[in-house]
Amino acid sequence: MNNLIKGEKHDWEMVIGLEIHAQIKSNSKLFSSSSTKFGSSPNSQVSLVDAAMPGMLPVINKYCVEQAVKTGVGLNAKINNYSVFDRKNYFYADLPQGYQISQYKYPIVGEGKVTIDFKDGTSKDIRIVRLHLEQDAGKSLHDQNPSKTYVDLNRSGVALMEIVSEPDIRTPDEAGMYISKIRSILMYLDTCDGNMQEGSLRADVNISVRKPGDEYGTRCEIKNLNSIKFIKQAINYEAKRQIEILESGSSIEQNTMLFNTSTGKTRPMRNKEEAHDYRYFPDPDLLPLQISEEEIGKIKSSIPELPDELKNKFIETYKLSNYDASALTAEKQTSDYFNETINSDSELKIHAKIVVNWITSELFSLLNKNNLDLNNSPVSPENLGQLIKLISTNEISGKIAKDVIEEMFSSGKTARQIVDEKGLQQVTDQGEIAKVIDEVIAENPKMVEQYLAGKDKLLGFFVGQAMKLTKGKANPKMLNDILKQKLNKKN
Amino acid sequence: MKIDKNTINKIARLSRIKLDDKESDDYINDLNSILDWVEQLNEVNTENVEPLSNISSSILPKREDVSKDTNSSEEILENAPDKLEGFFAVPKVVE
Repeated sequence: MNNLIKGEKHDWEMVIGLEIHAQIKSNSKLFSSSSTKFGSSPNSQVSLVDAAMPGMLPVINKYCVEQAVKTGVGLNAKINNYSVFDRKNYFYADLPQGYQISQYKYPIVGEGKVTIDFKDGTSKDIRIVRLHLEQDAGKSLHDQNPSKTYVDLNRSGVALMEIVSEPDIRTPDEAGMYISKIRSILMYLDTCDGNMQEGSLRADVNISVRKPGDEYGTRCEIKNLNSIKFIKQAINYEAKRQIEILESGSSIEQNTMLFNTSTGKTRPMRNKEEAHDYRYFPDPDLLPLQISEEEIGKIKSSIPELPDELKNKFIETYKLSNYDASALTAEKQTSDYFNETINSDSELKIHAKIVVNWITSELFSLLNKNNLDLNNSPVSPENLGQLIKLISTNEISGKIAKDVIEEMFSSGKTARQIVDEKGLQQVTDQGEIAKVIDEVIAENPKMVEQYLAGKDKLLGFFVGQAMKLTKGKANPKMLNDILKQKLNKKN
Repeated sequence: MKIDKNTINKIARLSRIKLDDKESDDYINDLNSILDWVEQLNEVNTENVEPLSNISSSILPKREDVSKDTNSSEEILENAPDKLEGFFAVPKVVE
């Protein structure tokens, strides 16, 4: 695989590392009991701790700690029995404390790795440096008023996991696959809802370019990207910008960049006259966080099957291809749906491939068209299972089934109901099909002549006519066989 | 370690505190004498002594994940110099 980009003078390689910020799925904040619910009215979920009123003390949320450990296990990482909370000091209007409680020297989770799979069947490990716990900041609205910024502290103090990767990523696509994989793991673990639109999952991207084989170049950091599309766009733009600077003979200035989603360009943050000096020091309000091996073991035993394990299981049990199995396991709701469908009838197990196809093509396209997702699909797994059984037992044809699923989708009726009501059962009676074919042959003598003279393509015409007469219900294979037989007899 | 004019100016800037010349001279003296006093600790031999993380040897207390309805906006905004429709209003922050 060639991961290089062409410059004016020679080829360049991108070196990319990601810092992913994932909001922990919890009822209350990391150090206070305020609710974490998204979309509530401004400043309605702010305790005196979150507003940093004098004298307020943080008390850590046990569940958030467990969620971080769980995530660490899911990332194949080392869990640290001892970690420390530090203060990261900076001034900003949406940070009432004047510092963020984070972890610096001693994070809760150490080195790990995740695997990304390419379409061609190969895969690659991306190493994780660490995962640490920290507080989220409030939200600033800059575009409502020309002279004011509005601040909402509802998000202030919500628990975040920052997941830092090694600079192992080499292309924008790999960056996209890496964040998708992390998102998938978090959602299987149920430690983060993975909602990028609402900002539950966002990333800072570190990127530099180099001649292949050289040392790492000077990097820039692009802040706060909240979609995979923007991540790829920002990387592409930033790499091009850096290559142009280097090829013109200048050098890269290490900088923090912002990505403009409407122009697709990056630009340096303006207030850089003072390099950041966070003055990290251990938070005197919080004792070190200690987790025993016993607690870690308990959390480990509660971990559900993760996408990679499930993928291998699907390949093994149902003889699915790597591609089909990946498509099923990328999102937890898809693999859940598949499991429920295939387990709804013991005879479906040998038709796993058909089940996959009906979920990933027919059902997904109907859901897409109607702006729904699997969680609120009008067609339940049991009903889809019933439909597939009707196909696999030849009761209805695949073509008719496509109409049936549309009606199931809009009316909420079961496949059985629709097929019975409309009499859609396939015609598999030899005699009946033969009768229809005789009719078609009798009505189209000229076409028969042409067919017999060698115009083979006309077979499709006869099939179409016969299908029309049976309202699409004739078993296609039988129809074809009998038709050929009869036409050839005329010869 | 000695605090000089540059250091004191940097600390003041990071703390968003404006100091005049007299004040910064006063702080240089104060901070230096504090540091000198703390320096005495270096006289103690701490070889082979584990750092102490707390004196009570208690462990970090934890709470259950239960959210309390705060419905806080009125109370939280009470001291705000400027507000609008439930938001704090602050001078424009430009990035």
